[in-house]
Amino acid sequence: MREDSEAVPARVALVQSKPRKGAYAENLAALRAVFSQLATLEPLPELIVLPEAALTGYFLEGAVYESARGAELFGHEISSLWRDVAGQRPVEIAAGFYEVENGSYYNSAIWLALDERETRILNVHRKLFLPTYGVFDEERFLSRGNRVSVFDSPLLGPTSLLICEDAWHSIVPTIAALKGARAIVVPSAAPGRGIEGDGELLSISRWRELLRGIAMEHGCFVLYAGLAGFEGGKGMTGSSRAIAPDGEILVEADAREGCIVRAELFLDDVEIARANLPLLGDLRAVLPDLLADDELPWLRGRTDAAGR
Amino acid sequence: MLPVVDPPKRDPYAPPKIDPAVAAGWLVGFLRDECLGRRGVENAVVGLSGGVDSAVTAYLCVRALGPRNVHLVRMPYRTSSPASLHDAQLVIDALGAVGRTVDITAAVDGYLQFEPEADARRRGNVMARTRMLVLFDQSAKLAALPIGTGNKTERLLGYFTWHADDTPPINPLGDLFKTQVWELARYLGVPSAIVDKAPSADLEANQTDEGDLGIRYARADAILSSMLLGYRDEQLRARGFDGAEVALVRRRVEGTHWKRHLPTTAMLTNTAINEFYLRPVDY
Repeated sequence: MREDSEAVPARVALVQSKPRKGAYAENLAALRAVFSQLATLEPLPELIVLPEAALTGYFLEGAVYESARGAELFGHEISSLWRDVAGQRPVEIAAGFYEVENGSYYNSAIWLALDERETRILNVHRKLFLPTYGVFDEERFLSRGNRVSVFDSPLLGPTSLLICEDAWHSIVPTIAALKGARAIVVPSAAPGRGIEGDGELLSISRWRELLRGIAMEHGCFVLYAGLAGFEGGKGMTGSSRAIAPDGEILVEADAREGCIVRAELFLDDVEIARANLPLLGDLRAVLPDLLADDELPWLRGRTDAAGR
Repeated sequence: MLPVVDPPKRDPYAPPKIDPAVAAGWLVGFLRDECLGRRGVENAVVGLSGGVDSAVTAYLCVRALGPRNVHLVRMPYRTSSPASLHDAQLVIDALGAVGRTVDITAAVDGYLQFEPEADARRRGNVMARTRMLVLFDQSAKLAALPIGTGNKTERLLGYFTWHADDTPPINPLGDLFKTQVWELARYLGVPSAIVDKAPSADLEANQTDEGDLGIRYARADAILSSMLLGYRDEQLRARGFDGAEVALVRRRVEGTHWKRHLPTTAMLTNTAINEFYLRPVDY
């Protein structure tokens, strides 16, 4: 974490992009324009977060095999863009992409740290929960990740990347927080649905409640970068937002349009939030007893969750 | 070029939020529970100064207990502003509650004639304690519970007379900052002449709370609401608060912790009350 983080807030830019389906080169060129714009902003953002599947679109089905890239290549392409337009000015970049490694395909997000000398890949998170129901079909084409990592962002300190449905399972951000995360960053692609709501689609309200709940339960920042635009009739719900550790929505974008969302984070708000609502500390104390419960399905011999 | 969405301009001095309808409903429930439920007392007695705190308290009491069960006592001293007396009458008239005026001049001067050198602060404390004497006696006479009117800001800044303003057994406003009391007053329909005037202890001519405190309530409330969450002074300054005002507020809060406690009792045994022998207030 930056040494002056108590005095100067961390500057974040969430890029709510609307990529054209499968048009990787075109979307990369569009990202160059976005980076050029970001490089002219004063003050310069210190962290840029892009959504899930930011340069390809989300619903690719079998085309995921044609659009996926190795993490090294993807990181190189993204960091080169920044170097081209911003020179050696340091920045951190998080972005979702379809990853291939040794013939296996993943829905992944990368975290890059660029300083004056080098570009480092600090984390590649592979989506754990691949929605495969209703309109979703991820597991047909992709493999699951198997770990929640916490890595040390030079800007934010201990940070965890989760992708979309990962954040819907309360145990996942809980594990991230237990492993030390002070910030949870969620690239996402969330098709909107539910018109019974009050002034917005229900799925947007649900996401907001969910992310605020994560922030408040664990006393951490939550940054959410959502894909925007329609994909074959399925409208992505944008709504990129930054949430403080006390659950306050610092900023939130509209659902439909591409945009850049800026936020300033006072990182010491984490200590204040956790002191005022010490749920994470309480959980640390009780968790060993909870996990040793012999009624939990994985401790009852070889039975599955349904007891079979 | 993509449009840039920036967060709303952050005003560190934005007043602490309140939903006055929610707060009013909750406080009416509190008053009913404390008076009718816990104590079986149907009447309340409130000292009415003409200021917003006692007016809001009176409005809440009338909602909770009905106008005929709320006794509003005006207690002027000879130097009190006639406008205060008038404003207090506005509340009595608006609520249809039981009004009474007890002039405390003779009682206060009966003592102060022996202390002619007493300064304004001492004289003010004598007046405040005399008013509380009257209020508790009226309480005994009317079988009515005295209701406190102190707000959170003055409690935190120590801007009250110990064992006077803070003495009634229950207080509906003690966890509301002054700016929140103003919001609540507007919601309850307290006359604007009371809500909009400069708050004053009315112990001297042209006295105002904000003049005494050296800071506007709106600014003090914003600082206090962050300070109480645990932010240190340097963190408050980093968030845009004025350093001198932060220091002033900190000094007042930290110099008055004792005023927010019962008297310090020397502990000598294993059964010291409130140290070893502990029972909840409503047990």
